[in-house]
Amino acid sequence: MKESDQSSLTRREFLRSTAIAGGGFVIGAYFISRVGNVAEAFAATQTTETPLGAFIRITPDNIVTIIAKNPEIGQGVKTHLPMMIAEELDVEWNNVRVEQGDFDTVKYSEQWAGNSSATPINWTTMRQVGAAARAMLIAAAAQTWSVPESECDTAAGSVTHKPTNRRLSYGTLAATATTLTPPALDTVRLKDPKDFRIIGQRIHGVDNHAILTGKPLYGIDVSVPDMKYAVYEKCPVFGGKVSSANLDEIKNQPGVRNAFVIEGGNDLRGLLGGVAIVADTWYAANAARKKLEVKWDEGPAAKQSTVGFASMAEQLSKQKPQRLLRNDGDVEAALKSAARVVNAAYTYPFVAHATLEPQNCTARYEDGKFEVWAGSQLPADGREMISRTLGVPEKDIIIHMVRAGGGFGRRLHVDSMVEAAAIAKQIGGAVKLIWSREDDMRHDFYRPAGFHYLTGAVDIEGKLTAWKDHFISFGEGDSFVLAGGISASEFPARFVPNCTIETSVMPLGVPTGRLRAPGSNGIAFAIESFLDEMAHAADKDPLQFRLDILSNTAAGNGADPVRIRGVLELVAQKSGWGATKHPRGTGMGLAFYFSHRGYFAEVVQATVTRAGKVKVDKVWVAGDIGPTIINPSNAENQVQGAVLDGLAQALGQEITIENGRVTQANFKNFPLMRIDRVPAIEVHWKLSDSPVTGVGEPALPPAPPALCNAIFAATGRRIRSLPLSKHDLSWS
Amino acid sequence: MHISNEQNMKVAFRLNGKPAAVDAPAEMPLLWVLRDILDLKGAKFGCGLGQCGACTVHVNGMPIRSCIWPISATAGVDVLTIEGLSPSGTHPLQRAWEELDVPQCGYCQAGQIMSAAALLAKTPKPTDEQIDSAMQGNVCRCGTYLRIRQAIKRASASRRADADGPATESNRAHEPVDR
Repeated sequence: MKESDQSSLTRREFLRSTAIAGGGFVIGAYFISRVGNVAEAFAATQTTETPLGAFIRITPDNIVTIIAKNPEIGQGVKTHLPMMIAEELDVEWNNVRVEQGDFDTVKYSEQWAGNSSATPINWTTMRQVGAAARAMLIAAAAQTWSVPESECDTAAGSVTHKPTNRRLSYGTLAATATTLTPPALDTVRLKDPKDFRIIGQRIHGVDNHAILTGKPLYGIDVSVPDMKYAVYEKCPVFGGKVSSANLDEIKNQPGVRNAFVIEGGNDLRGLLGGVAIVADTWYAANAARKKLEVKWDEGPAAKQSTVGFASMAEQLSKQKPQRLLRNDGDVEAALKSAARVVNAAYTYPFVAHATLEPQNCTARYEDGKFEVWAGSQLPADGREMISRTLGVPEKDIIIHMVRAGGGFGRRLHVDSMVEAAAIAKQIGGAVKLIWSREDDMRHDFYRPAGFHYLTGAVDIEGKLTAWKDHFISFGEGDSFVLAGGISASEFPARFVPNCTIETSVMPLGVPTGRLRAPGSNGIAFAIESFLDEMAHAADKDPLQFRLDILSNTAAGNGADPVRIRGVLELVAQKSGWGATKHPRGTGMGLAFYFSHRGYFAEVVQATVTRAGKVKVDKVWVAGDIGPTIINPSNAENQVQGAVLDGLAQALGQEITIENGRVTQANFKNFPLMRIDRVPAIEVHWKLSDSPVTGVGEPALPPAPPALCNAIFAATGRRIRSLPLSKHDLSWS
Repeated sequence: MHISNEQNMKVAFRLNGKPAAVDAPAEMPLLWVLRDILDLKGAKFGCGLGQCGACTVHVNGMPIRSCIWPISATAGVDVLTIEGLSPSGTHPLQRAWEELDVPQCGYCQAGQIMSAAALLAKTPKPTDEQIDSAMQGNVCRCGTYLRIRQAIKRASASRRADADGPATESNRAHEPVDR
């Protein structure tokens, strides 16, 4: 490594081109101070803080500040990515301070939260960032001492020179290090995982103290000078427009500064029509809203209903499926020669995200530019949509990323951002838009309902010989609505010689979106419950039935049968599967699901009282997400949360549509999990020699079917539709 | 801050041990007075109907849902919020929450802690059933309930241990607002 020369090549260009040549993707300018030449770089070192770049600042007192670049929505990424940097930088975690980075496509890349992707995407690059900074600090020490870099090592925030027993702290070296050219990221040496000192430890959330003392952290807490507050009333029928509203009366309400109609467009994901009320406090805006009278032009979606969808699905199930996604062997022949054939129709409802912090956003419009504060999972989309909708170039839109009170996929949508920006532009100032809970529940992007018409067959030995799924969803032509699709390799496909997966779709005027483990969170219920049915039809233990399926040769690429078997056997062992006889009313259910690169098997023990009340007694989880659990404290927390999320969905969550509107409005009729229904949940890890992957989502999908299979074991009642609250489960 | 409106009323109360006064619409919920007039953002808005508990604060030592508690009912009372639970953030519950790394998104946790603090003040050694019953009104959308239960027990144990020793900042700080 040598000092940067006088050439016009900026560090940014150097790094970016290197990264493209080396890794084939733009990783952003990881080590760039915002300086373009050497003179500016030296000038930057004159400040009290010595910038090593976009990710790391080291001050003379040896405090290391690491920038967390991704949106924190409760998945722990604000702690997790800095851990990776700190590990390779070789500093004490106690000396690390973490700051949230802004949305900045020059300094950072992949600033989004979803798909359990932060770990697999950033695992190597974040470690390289830390290792590159460490290499620069070593080079700085070597230069200071005039010794070869190869004789230097690091330990706990210092560079050491063993031969002369010298040591210089990072704080002392930072100024010199800043003058060096950073190495290309793909050339730095990473630690052997056996030497990890931070990764693998139970590191606590970096925001815990602020959270537990009530400091302003979240989007809803943002406060900027001269800020007004707003509510935004949209048509209860999705995409409806304002025909007229009593704006004059609203403008005269106490504390109200303005009220106006926003026309909006037709894209259900974008800025929709509505009435904005702007006031001195949110209370005043919301109080005025109670006097608001709007005549809506509801549009065609007003004819839609949950009952209508169900009846359309029933009709479609009797017709030839519209598309064939998979066709292995000869299902019809296998059905004819089968010992037993089972037909069943499974269905699950629309579900809302219900983040506890309702959608909100603060935006300021000044001199033709926007500044926006949002707890968004996808700030890039927010900026793009604001730009496109309101005609302001992206370069004139600053997005600040603030902690979000839950995401679950809801904040992949940026509707509240474009609404806040539109209101700010109209008033020419700063405004905080907060949705009410009712807004949030009635204007979500729902997990789409789904219908599975399933047929399975077993032979005389109890082997699964045929599997057929006619999946009925929503969409148009060959495309599904968002999160409404199915994979052609959906288990047990690939492992069954005769298998068809077919689909049909119906049109939908309700916006849908990705809810934690999208697709999987509904499909797993249908598939894993029906597998349980087939196990009973085969007169086999459900665990053994699955293991037998896995012993077949798998066709094509997909989930690894060795890893599936690994978690199934582990969860069986931990739960004492098959070893306990339960009294009637109590039973154990098993389910497995592979999603988001993670393998999860779960056993639920549940009791159904004679009166029909379901009590989940205990849950055992076995997960395989690779060789390293980066932060076991957070990983266990995520898994337990995902299991409870799945159980809550199964127990009582349903969004229904009547006359194009959502029926539910608040937590009273959309019940979230509460503490008195929470079972013990054991989490066990199956470490495997596979890439490190994420954990926010994959523990959810097995929970609903494991519960329903437990209910079958307890009562003999097979649950083929959710939620459970709609079933009378009483017995005598 | 003064909000101009003829229906406003002046309300004086004690907030986290100190006198406070606001001039606000009589029906304005305490939550929004705390958040938007007094700039205390610890109590959170979740549902607006007292169904989720994110807005829980104490009024005269009782846990209440501040999103449905009108400011007019606040005259002369003692209000304690998460910001005043302990000056240094070291109330036994806050310490237990940190030691067990309870939060995920964290949005509900101030309300959870305020409900737990009211429980421990009345029932220093709660059973699981007492915990479930006292905490039933506080939703954690992320599902950190197992750790919440554990943390309440840990705080309960540490308070009893503290009670045997000299008074500390943190267990004094747990007492209601009149200090």
